[in-house]
Amino acid sequence: MATETNGAATEHAQGMPQLDFSTFPNQIFWLLVTLVVIYFVMSRVALPRIASVLAERHGAIQSDLDKAEQMKAKAVEAEAAYNKALVDARAEAQAIVEATRAEIQKDVDVAMAKADAEIAAKSAESETAIKEIRDSALGAIEEVANDTAEAIVAKVMPTAADKTAVKAAVSARLKG
Amino acid sequence: MAIESDAVEQELELAIHPMDQFVVKPLFGGGDIGMFTITNATLWLGITVLCAIALMVLGTRGRAIVPSRSQSIAEVIYVFIYKMVEDITGKDGLKYFPYIFSLFIFILVANVVGLLPASFTTTSHIAVTATLAMIVFVAVTVLGFVKNGTAFLSLFWVSAAPLALRPILALIEVISYFVRPVSHSIRLAGNMMAGHAVIKVFAGFAVVTFISPAAIGAIVAIYALETLVVCIQAYVFTILTCVYLKDALHPSH
Repeated sequence: MATETNGAATEHAQGMPQLDFSTFPNQIFWLLVTLVVIYFVMSRVALPRIASVLAERHGAIQSDLDKAEQMKAKAVEAEAAYNKALVDARAEAQAIVEATRAEIQKDVDVAMAKADAEIAAKSAESETAIKEIRDSALGAIEEVANDTAEAIVAKVMPTAADKTAVKAAVSARLKG
Repeated sequence: MAIESDAVEQELELAIHPMDQFVVKPLFGGGDIGMFTITNATLWLGITVLCAIALMVLGTRGRAIVPSRSQSIAEVIYVFIYKMVEDITGKDGLKYFPYIFSLFIFILVANVVGLLPASFTTTSHIAVTATLAMIVFVAVTVLGFVKNGTAFLSLFWVSAAPLALRPILALIEVISYFVRPVSHSIRLAGNMMAGHAVIKVFAGFAVVTFISPAAIGAIVAIYALETLVVCIQAYVFTILTCVYLKDALHPSH
């Protein structure tokens, strides 16, 4: 700077160089050249390229998102299928349990019925046996009562020994 | 003491020429500057083109799904401008996106390249920014009439206002419409010029031993601010272009 200032004073700007109109045609001409070059390079090369890169990126991201969406749908589907299989298996197991239980119940019922029948038969048998025993016991009681009554009658008043009358009286008494 | 301060004065006077950096001069030999003369402005316009191509074309040559660093910068700029055009002008403005993008990338790269030490800031010249602004102004006006016919004039007729106020508002709207290219161009050139000139002034002060630490600190601070400003000015120029384009496409208030 210092060496420059020692040089010719006419090198320095007088006032504002911006207002030196003699340079205007030159500046405007070269500016227009510059703008045309920049416009052509930008509109023909740079902008389409960037636009395509952005579009491509957008497409790639979109397709990745779509893929992810599909995979998610698949996962959900698989989960649903798994759950369905699980439910089916449970239902089947339940059905098998039910069927088995019904079968067993049937067997049990049959066995119970058989046992009941047996028990009924046995108790009927026992009842008849008991009845027989009771009847025979009742018969024996009557006999013993007759005999005893006759003996008592014979002892108390031997003249009035009437076998049939005693017997009728005893049986009437037993029934009463 | 007096001699010393005199010397300092002398030195300062000699050192500070903040406007020198804006002088347009021929690169090869001397002579007058004709229309096609290769000047330092031409050189830095060319460097701007090369940097823009390096960023937007070479940077994206990988066409990678997962972008490299340069590719993601190019993509961020692309998406940023695309969204801006779409948000402001609507879907039907998107066919002008390449034009607006070219404008933005030119201003952005020219501004950033202009921040390099010893560079020439092409966008600090009113010739450049006024040309840009006039291109936008003429294109938008022509487009407005082609798309809407005389209905484009409804831009100046504020139908929401009371009838009595409308002629006054129309006058204001017309004036503001024609002031657009002026403010549009001077805003950009002024910001570029002022920032660079201030840096240069501080650089001049840095010659003085006592002030140099403060001056260099100030240069760093202003340089940081300028880095922000050059990007914001490119953004402002572009967003205003979008707003003007929106007026041309949908002139109704």
